[in-house]
Order: sequence, then structure tokens, then C-alpha cells
Amino acid sequence: MSDKRQRLPHSPVPYLFIAPQILIVLIFFFWPAAQALYLSFMLEDPWGLSSQFVGFENYRILFNDPEYLGTFVFTMVYSALVSFFSLAIALLLAVKANNIVRGQSPYRVLLTWVYAIAPAVAGITAYFIFNRQVGVLSGLFNDLGWDFAPETDGFDASVMLILVSVWKQIPVNFVFFLAGLQGIPKSIREAAHIDCENPQRRFWTITFPLLAPTAFFLLVINVTYAFFETFGLIDTLTQGRPGGSTTTLVYKVYQDGFLGADLGLSSAQSVVLMLLVLALTVVQFRFIERKIHY
Amino acid sequence: MLKHLLTTTAFAATVISAPALAATEIEWWHAMGGALGETVNQIATDFNASQDDYILTPVFKGSYEETMTAGISAFRAGEAPHIIQIFDAGAATIINAPGATKPVEDLMNEYGTAFDINDYIPGVRYFYADADGTMIGMPFNSSTPVLYYNKEHLAEAGVQPPKTWEEFERIAPKLKEQGYTALSQSHTPWIFFENFHSRHNLQLTDADNGFSGLPSELMYDNEALAMHLSEVKDWKDAGYYGYYGSAWGDNQSAFEKGDVSMWLGSSGSFGGLKQSVDFNFGTTYLPYWESVNENAGTTFIGGAALFSMSGHSDEEYEAVAAFFEYLTQPETQYFWHRETGYVPITTAAYDLAKQDGYYQDNPDAEVGIQQLSLDGGEWAKGYRMGFYVQTRETIYREMDRLMAGDVSVEEALYTIEQDGEKNLKRFARTVQ
Repeated sequence: MSDKRQRLPHSPVPYLFIAPQILIVLIFFFWPAAQALYLSFMLEDPWGLSSQFVGFENYRILFNDPEYLGTFVFTMVYSALVSFFSLAIALLLAVKANNIVRGQSPYRVLLTWVYAIAPAVAGITAYFIFNRQVGVLSGLFNDLGWDFAPETDGFDASVMLILVSVWKQIPVNFVFFLAGLQGIPKSIREAAHIDCENPQRRFWTITFPLLAPTAFFLLVINVTYAFFETFGLIDTLTQGRPGGSTTTLVYKVYQDGFLGADLGLSSAQSVVLMLLVLALTVVQFRFIERKIHY
Repeated sequence: MLKHLLTTTAFAATVISAPALAATEIEWWHAMGGALGETVNQIATDFNASQDDYILTPVFKGSYEETMTAGISAFRAGEAPHIIQIFDAGAATIINAPGATKPVEDLMNEYGTAFDINDYIPGVRYFYADADGTMIGMPFNSSTPVLYYNKEHLAEAGVQPPKTWEEFERIAPKLKEQGYTALSQSHTPWIFFENFHSRHNLQLTDADNGFSGLPSELMYDNEALAMHLSEVKDWKDAGYYGYYGSAWGDNQSAFEKGDVSMWLGSSGSFGGLKQSVDFNFGTTYLPYWESVNENAGTTFIGGAALFSMSGHSDEEYEAVAAFFEYLTQPETQYFWHRETGYVPITTAAYDLAKQDGYYQDNPDAEVGIQQLSLDGGEWAKGYRMGFYVQTRETIYREMDRLMAGDVSVEEALYTIEQDGEKNLKRFARTVQ
């Protein structure tokens, strides 16, 4: 049977074309990942002068550390909240912006340009806005009767961090949702208009399912964002404080490995993080993607 | 004609580059940003102008932690800089790695002039030395915690700046009556933990605070510190102590804004304060508990030291030694002291500042060095703790929780000691 299948003559040229990409992936992804895996089983002095194999000791330390567990829980809650709010708000804004007939482009530009702000800059700006001594917003919160103190109160610090993270992520989601909305054929929208008077129902039964592929893609992007890319915000805004209440898994890797020079322990954390992201991605593709019809 | 021009150009190029070729170039990685960085650059420029044999290039590498990490990565890649600035909490990391550095005392004896550790003021002499008293790192920017007070607030309340915490407890309510929070402080591990122990002459770890070996036992869970922290918590609850989180700046700006009457900061802070506040302030020693030790003594220095990293040529070591010699000259030290507020590290430099009448105009500038010159007990020499950067992080974290009322003093100290000892033991295993 297989003999009858038509075969195309193979040429090495395509491999040549993908070689740079493969090389980049190998050097910048697989090699560091392999290094992290190797180091996670070692105990090393910071200078690399001595090194010994310690088996799973680094992992045992991690999983017996209540702080690590706290960091884990915070990362999950934080990622869920950031992803949910940045997607929901962006969707709302995109739908509203899409309905505007005249002067659409100023709205789009205004809603998008936050994206151009680097996380570290956003963090420092937010630091001044929320600061207890000089902050405008913390002054407003205090006037409203909320004794807002992100430097000393873990809840306030988390609220601040989530607010800023969401604000920073909305533009990306907005752009994609808007593009998704404009990709819906006019004929479908008109047909829906005739069939259904209620705009809300029309949105949930027609528009949203058609947007689902975009939404799914954005979900993956947003979870990754909350996990990894918020590092710059955290480092400039809270440094994981107060009391370790805004420390995410990525920030802890930085604290232990980069600041603390304990490479073995932080490598073990990186490996845990890699597995976690892998698992999340698998879950997302397996269970959520199935419900989406492209 | 053209040929002639080319020859001339080539000749000119040779002449111009000749001294540069002969000069040995060395790099100095440091963590001094802003105005401090400019002063560092000034010192390097002056050093380069003072002689023709060596060219020193200072490179700013970010925060203390970032500089240390950059140095570690460079060393692992075989590209270590010649001189690196390492901060107090990282001292154990570099001093316990004998292969990474060339001890400054050996360096000076081999490549420079004779070295005498007694030229250095007592407070900084052994802080970066090894078990035998050999100086490993050249003390550079050195400061110590002192108390700053708002003279106007204290006059309104009719009180004197406190020498002891007992006195503080008497005057704090009077300041509160005037609507002021009596105190804030900017570095919990440094001021309330490490220097609480040096001031009261209390031991920090076994193995002579880590000087005679690798310690495994941390002694922070002691009665004196427990008493101090529960008092601090009581002061906070009573409105005498303002806790503005773990960031240095937030606690300092509360003092600068005039919300807080007294602030515990670095002796190196006064230059900055002078520019940022419009009220009269005074400086005095770090308060102590009479009930713990009525003969309270000197404190530890904070800041950083310069280390000569290994793996370089004789010429390069010579250049480093020449720079260290230049750096420790009284004139250079006096310049550094005046510009930055950090203490002069040699007795000769201190004498020069006195002769010059600097302290008559700036009495605040002398408080730090006077405090460092106080008699110190056996535990005031210094400390050397492995992975101490993480232990400090735990201290910050537990202080946040203590002040928020999430944990008790006992729980906080227990956690700190447990975490710290884990770090000490883990570090000890990496040293071979």
C-alpha cells in the first residue's frame, strides 16, 4: 500500500532554510533548559569552583518550604485574575470600539498605546502613582476611606500589582479582539441582526463563538504574560513585598538564583516552572481547544 | 606626496598610541549610581591623570546584588574584571572562595608598598579580613547606622535626642502630643539585627561570628532582640514608630516630609538629607538599651569593599596595587568622605579632615566615624555568614509580617533563625 504513495524527491535545501531557526532554538532554548536541569541536581558554590551531585535534594527543599507553597498559590491566583480581567475588559472595549462608526482610529490608538510602555517603566510610574507618601491614587483611596498602604499591607500590594498588570495587558488583547471582530463577515452579522433583536444575546450566541479562536489564543498568551512577563513590574513595584505576599514563582527564581547566588535551588525552581507551563499548555490545548470551532 | 602623507599619518599614529600601548588597562566594576558614580569616575580620572603607566576604567554594573552576580558570571566565564566592589552581605560569598580573589594584603605586599593593617580605623580594619586577620578586601564605601533628628520637632516637644532606647521611650509620647511619629528606620537587617548585636556586643553566630570557620548556628533568636522587637511593635501600635515597609526611601521620605521626628539611616545619608530637607537636623549615635549593655560600643560598618580578582597578569596586579595605594592616600579618602559622606577608612585621612577643620563646619559628618571609633567588644569586629543575602530577605519578610500583626515576635525570630541556619549549613557544604 505504502509503495503506491507518491514520493517527492527530497532536497536538502529546505533543511538549510530552517537551520538558522533550529540553531537559535537549540542554543537559546534547549541548551539553557538542559543546563537548568543539570544544575537542579547539583549543589554549587557561586563561583563554580566546586560542585557536587545531590540528587533530588533541591526539589525536596522546595516542596518542604511553606514559603514556596505560598508563592505557588499566589502565582496561580494572580495569573487567573490578571488573565480574566485583562481579557474581559479588552473584549468589552473592543466590542464598543467596533461599534463606533465615526472617528474609530483615535479610539483605537488611544486604547493601544499603553502597549508601547516597557514593563519596568510602567512599574516605576505606578510606584509613584500608588506611593503612600506622594501617590495620587493612594491619596484618592484614602479619601474614600480605604487606608491604602501597599508598602505594608499584602492585600493592598496585590491589588495594586493586579491593577497595573491588567492595565498593561489590555492593549494587546484589545488589538486582537478588534481584529477578530472585524474578521466576522458582514453577512453573518446582518443575518443575526434580523434573527435576533437583543444585542446581548446576539453577542453571546453569534459573535462570541466566532471570536473563540482569538480568545483561546489570547488566553494562552495572557497566562504566559502573567507568569513570566510581569517580572519587570514586580521588580520595580513591590520586589515581592510586603512579607513575600507578591512574590511570584519567576520572581523567586530571580531572588534565590540571581540575588542569592544559589544556582542549584533556583535551577530546581526553573525546572518546576517549566513543567508547570508545559502542563498548563497541554491542558489548554487538550480541553479548551476542543470546544472551539475554527 | 600621498606617500609622504601616509607615512606622516602612520608616524603620528604610532607616537600618539605609544603611551596607550605601554599603559596597563584595568577595569573596576562598581555599584555606585547617580552622584556616587560621578565621584567614582572622578577618582578614576584623577588616578589616570596622576601617572602614565596604568589606565583604570570604572564600569557601573547596577545594584550591589547585580554587580556581584555580574562578577560571578564573568569569573565563571574566565572574564573576571580586575577590581570588583562587593557589599557587606556578600562578603562571605567572596572571602570563602579563595580561588576567586587575590587578598589585598598579599597584593600590596607583592606588588605595592608595605601594607600595615593598623593604618585603617578600628571599625573597618577586620570587617573584610579572614580568620588570621589578613585583609582580603580593601574597604571602600563604609558607613554605619546613626540617628538623625529634626531639631525643630524636638524643640517643640522640649526634649533632647535620645542616647538610649529607654530615653526614647520617655520622649516618644511627647513628640506624639505634638502630632509627630517619633521614629522610622530604613534597613531592618542592618540596623535592628546586625548592628543591634555589635552595639550591645552580642554574638551573632558560632565560629566567632564566622571569622574562624564556617558557622552553622545563628543566634538571632535571643532574649535581647526579642525584647527589642516587641518594644518596636508596641511603639508602632502606640503610634511612636512609623513602619513604611522594607524600602529604604519610603522610610527616609517620612522623615524628610516632617511626619517623623527621628530616623535611623546611614552615616552616608547626611549629604543627601542636607539637600532634600528645609529644616535643621542633627545627628547622633545609634541608641542602645541600657538594660542590655550599659557600656554599649561600636557598630559594624555597612557598604562595600573592593576585591582584586584572580587570574590576571603581574602587570595588571601591579596596576591594581597602584590604584589601591592611590585610593588609600589621605587626600583621596578625604575627597571621597567630603563628596559622599562615607567615612574615611584610614586614621591619616581622618586626621587630615580634622586638621582641615571640616568637622567644625559639618559636625554631622563626624558622628559616623566617632561611633566607629568607640570601644568595641569581641563581637563587634564583623560577621561572615554564607548565603546571607537570602537571610536578610527573610528578615525583611518577617519584619513586614510582624509589623502587620501576622506573626508574633517569637514566630518571626524562630523563622529567621531556621531559615538563616539552613542558609549557613547549605553554604558551608559548597565551600571545599
